[in-house]
Amino acid sequence: MNSFFKYFSDIFHGVKSLLIGMSVTGRYFFSPGQIVTQQYPENRKNLQMFERFKGEVIMLHDENNQHRCNGCGICENNCPNGSIEVIPVKITGEDGKPKRIIDKHIYHLGMCTFCGLCVKSCPSNALGFGQEFEHAVFDRSKLNKVLNQPGSSIIKGVE
Amino acid sequence: MKEIVNLPVSKIEEEEYHINMGPQHPSTHGVLRLLVSLQGEMVKSLKPHCGYIHRGIEKMCEKDTYPQVIHLTDRMDYLSAHINNHAVCLLVEKALEIEVPERVKYIRTIMDELTRIQSHQLWWSSFGMDLGGLTCFFYGLRDREMILDIWEETTGSRFLQSYNCPGGVMQDIHPNFQKKVHAFIKTFKKKIKDYDRLLSGNVIFENRSQGVGLLSKEDAISYGVTGPSGRGSGWSCDIRKVEPYSMYSQVHFNEVLRYECDTYARYMVRMQEMHESMNIIEQLIDNIPEGDHSAKMKAVIKLPAGEYFQRVESARGELGVYVVSDGNKTPYRMKFRTPSFTNLGVLDHISRGMKIADLVAIGASLDLVIPDIDR
Repeated sequence: MNSFFKYFSDIFHGVKSLLIGMSVTGRYFFSPGQIVTQQYPENRKNLQMFERFKGEVIMLHDENNQHRCNGCGICENNCPNGSIEVIPVKITGEDGKPKRIIDKHIYHLGMCTFCGLCVKSCPSNALGFGQEFEHAVFDRSKLNKVLNQPGSSIIKGVE
Repeated sequence: MKEIVNLPVSKIEEEEYHINMGPQHPSTHGVLRLLVSLQGEMVKSLKPHCGYIHRGIEKMCEKDTYPQVIHLTDRMDYLSAHINNHAVCLLVEKALEIEVPERVKYIRTIMDELTRIQSHQLWWSSFGMDLGGLTCFFYGLRDREMILDIWEETTGSRFLQSYNCPGGVMQDIHPNFQKKVHAFIKTFKKKIKDYDRLLSGNVIFENRSQGVGLLSKEDAISYGVTGPSGRGSGWSCDIRKVEPYSMYSQVHFNEVLRYECDTYARYMVRMQEMHESMNIIEQLIDNIPEGDHSAKMKAVIKLPAGEYFQRVESARGELGVYVVSDGNKTPYRMKFRTPSFTNLGVLDHISRGMKIADLVAIGASLDLVIPDIDR
C-alpha cells in the first residue's frame, strides 16, 4: 500500500516540479522585460565603450600632433612578451648638444596580452588605451603598428 | 589481418570497450581527453590524458619579473582570474613584508567574491546544459554579463583583468563601481530564485544527480579534492576560514558544508556559496575606506633569497603558489598547485560503476577548467 502511494506521489511531485520550471521560462517568454542582447553590427555608430576599455595601446597626441614620448624604453623593458620596440635616434638639439629622441615606437598588436604594464610604467604618461576593438585583418603584418604619428614631435619640457 | 568473428550476444556484454571522450567533446568544456573503458554502458575505468593546452606557464614565469608573472596567472584558471592574481600578489607582499593599504584589501576581497559568483554562474549554466537544459545556459550568461560590465568599467577588461599588481591594484575603482555592485546584488537575489525553481527542484535533474558519483570524506581528503567539491563531502577545507587573508578574517560568512557526498551535494554547495559571496560583498561594499589604491613599491621588485608559499581559495578550490627565489628580479622556480588538476585525479575513482551518461554529470559537478589542469 505504501509503495502504491509513493508511486503516485512521485509522479505528482515530478510533474509539479516540471510545471514550476516551465512557469519560469513561460514568464520570460511572455514578458521579456529588459532586452539584454545588442544588434551589434547595426549599432556600430552609437556603440559606446567604457572609458577604461583596453582596445589597443595608443600614443596620446595633442592637437598640434605632439606626443610625450622621449624614447626611454621603459615600456619595452616592462612588456612581458616583446610587443613593443622603441627605436630612438640621436639628433643635435637647439643648444648644439646631442639629443636622443624617438624615431619609431613599434607596437605588435598580435602579440599583446593587454596586461597594461606599459601604460602603467610609462614615466611621462605618453601611452594610453584606445577604444578600437575591431582588429580583424587579412594579413598578419598589418598588426604591427607605428604608434607615433608621422611628422609628430615631442612636447617641449617633457624630456 | 585479423579475422572478423561474430561473437554471441553474451560474449559482447563481457567484452571491454574503449572509447575516447574528448578532446573535442562539448561536456569536457575544453580540450580534455578521457579514455573510458566500458562494459556495456558501465564505466569500468577511466584515464585522463592531459597536455592538449599545455603552454608551459611555470617555465615562462622563470623569465618574467614578478609584475609580469601576474598576467600569466590569468590564463590558468580563466574563470577565477582575479583570485589567481591575488595569490601571486599576496606572496610577493609576504616575501617583501609590505603592508598594503586597507582600501586595497577591501577592493581585492570584493573583486574575489564577484569572481566567485560569476564563475559559479557559468558553472551553473554549463551544468544545466550538460544535463540537457539549454535554458540554463542563457539565463546564467545573461546574469553574468552584469559582473563583466562592472569589471570592464573598472579594470578595462571583461575576462582576463590583470587588475592586481604587487602592492595594490592597477587603478582605483571607477566612481560607478559601488552603485553598479548594489544594482547587481539586488537583481541577482531575485534571479537566483529562478535558478532554484528551474533546476534545483527539477525531478529529472534530481534523479540524474542524487546518489551519483559518491565521494566519501576520507577519499576527498586523501585525493586532495578541495573547494566546493570537497565541501560537498563534508570536508571543511575553505582557505578563507582555515587561513584567512585580506578581509576574510573580519567579515561574517558561513562555510557551506553538505554531507550527502554526491553530485547533488556538490551542486547545492555552489548554489549556497553564491548567497554567501553576496553576503560578503554586502558587508564590504559600503565601507570601502578612503586612501591610496597602491602601496609604494620599488621599480624593480627583487624577492630575498628563499622559499615562499601562499594559498588562496579560488572558485574551484585551493590554489597554492610556491616560489624559490635566488634574490634576482625573476623567480628561480615557480610552481602552482591548481585545484582542477587534483580534482581531475578523483574522476576515475568516483565514476567507476556508473553509467557513461552519469560521467557527464560527475565531470560537470567537479567544475574542471582545462587550462588550469595543463597550465
